[in-house]
Amino acid sequence: MPDPSVVRETAPVILQVIGLNKVYEASNGPVEALRSVDLTVRKGEFICLLGASGCGKSTLLRIIAGFEQATQGEVAVYGRDVKGPGPDRGMVFQDYALFPWLTVRDNIGFGPSHRRVAPSEVAKLTDRFMAMVGLTAFADRYPHQLSGGMKQRVAIARVLANDADILLMDEPFGALDALTRSALQEELIEIWRTTKLTVIFVTHSVEEAVLLADRVVVMSSSPGRIDRQAEINLPRPRDVASAEFNALRREITQQLTSHVGGRRLVTATADS
Amino acid sequence: MSLESAVTNPDVGRAAAAKPVAARIGARKLRAKLRAVLLAAIVPIGLLLLWDVMVRWTGTRLIPSPWGVALMMWDFAFGGIYDDAYSGSLPIHFWKSVQRVYGGFFLAALAGIPLGLMLGRIPLLRAMLDPTLSLLRPIPVTAWLPLSMIFFGLGPKSAVFLVFLGAFYPILLNTVFGVKSVDVRLFEAAGMLGCSGPQLFRAVVLPASLPSIFNGLRLGASFAWILIVVGEMTGVPEGLGAVIMDGRTLSRTDLVITGMIIIGVTGFVSDRLLVLLSNHFLRWSPQHHA
Ligand SMILES: Nc1ncnc2c1ncn2[C@@H]1O[C@H](COP(=O)(O)OP(=O)(O)OP(=O)(O)O)[C@@H](O)[C@H]1O
Ligand SMILES: [Mg+2]
Repeated sequence: MPDPSVVRETAPVILQVIGLNKVYEASNGPVEALRSVDLTVRKGEFICLLGASGCGKSTLLRIIAGFEQATQGEVAVYGRDVKGPGPDRGMVFQDYALFPWLTVRDNIGFGPSHRRVAPSEVAKLTDRFMAMVGLTAFADRYPHQLSGGMKQRVAIARVLANDADILLMDEPFGALDALTRSALQEELIEIWRTTKLTVIFVTHSVEEAVLLADRVVVMSSSPGRIDRQAEINLPRPRDVASAEFNALRREITQQLTSHVGGRRLVTATADS
Repeated sequence: MSLESAVTNPDVGRAAAAKPVAARIGARKLRAKLRAVLLAAIVPIGLLLLWDVMVRWTGTRLIPSPWGVALMMWDFAFGGIYDDAYSGSLPIHFWKSVQRVYGGFFLAALAGIPLGLMLGRIPLLRAMLDPTLSLLRPIPVTAWLPLSMIFFGLGPKSAVFLVFLGAFYPILLNTVFGVKSVDVRLFEAAGMLGCSGPQLFRAVVLPASLPSIFNGLRLGASFAWILIVVGEMTGVPEGLGAVIMDGRTLSRTDLVITGMIIIGVTGFVSDRLLVLLSNHFLRWSPQHHA
């Protein structure tokens, strides 16, 4: 296991976000969702975007994915401007967004089979990634016959089979129970290690961020901006019960709550 | 000892238990089906009885008894009872009507589905066609009959045209509705997987709107059977609509009712066929799989 700080310094820059502003034109006036956001991600990094609800995490991720246009600023992958969604960036949605009319196998093979890859090659790819997420036995099931955890595994395999360079994940485990979530977190780390993917993972759980990330990007709201970046140099696999883990968790939690009026809230409840 | 063997060998116990459970589920399904058939039969049998009693009680000569209609139906299908112009002529009338109904229906599906898919996805096309279609839609299809006779002449072509018009709108509107209600996430998912442009129609738009398209097809088929009677009522020698019209002019109510029943049953069977097709193509959708 290489030292993550070494990876950060030597790996090429894969994603660059410069001076990003985003204003939504809502019916009751404009909403400033992001203000001058800068972010540099190196190949192979695991980044967690952390922040309170409404601070613009999804907006930032969706702009990187190309689903949303920035009002100002630029997003570049390997130095090339992002103009729309593309197979170099794969998104895993919180609500899965699987194609309900396709079986597990065909969902996973969707990307390659629409890029004129030979059917035998598609089958090979599909089998490989189905095995990687442990769904080979469910190859011919439809999404409505799967549990939430299995659906999210299909969604991850679908992006992997499409050979994406950057895996974008928007609270992918938010709807799962604690046991399934921790199993999937472990699997994700394993997949990330074997595939050497770059991951940008949105969460509002400090523990999840400290558990998974090389670097936690803390965001604050109104307007959404990047507040601080914390490198997590804990060795993997990480022990959530260890003193170092909890020290980091406390530190980042404090950072977060200082921006949502957490301190004032605490004194207010102490008075009453 | 016996406890231990039961614990270490769970498969044996499961295999033994599985069979009676499966059999019990099978029996329950059969009983449920029987019950459904019996419940469904109560009202039609009651209506037949009421019809029979009313005919006897009023002594009317304008409406035949169920038995009279049954005789007529037999004669219409196989002949050998009245031996008149209608004896044994069911196959030819039936076949002509079926051809026209499905001819018009398939034309409507062929035009309505692709047009609906494009209208739902292409705003420019929608801006161009939506107002016109909305203006034409409130006109009852039967009001087109005089014009359609001028366009297509007295005869089967104008009947097919009416069927087409009647089936076209429900198919078109349901397809458009289906396309518009496709989850945008699915387009985003397809986009990030490298599927875009015209590819999207086959890969996402068509399958995602299939449930709605099938609703449209079922509605369209039922309108088709309604309109075939109107279409065949003038200037067409053969067809179930023509038979009903002849029955009216000849005051042969038994013939009229026979035609009505045959159209009802055929419409029902054709709808069941569509449901079977829909169940096959929508087997991925839990709420549409009946
Ligand atoms: N389509 C939209 N139109 C108008 N405003 C929007 C739109 N999408 C998001 N916003 C606003 O932009 C801000 C950021 O939203 P965003 O969804 O990015 O937050 P988030 O950090 O992902 O929150 P959560 O943790 O609840 O998912 C919010 O104030 C939200 O109301
Ligand atoms: Mg969000």
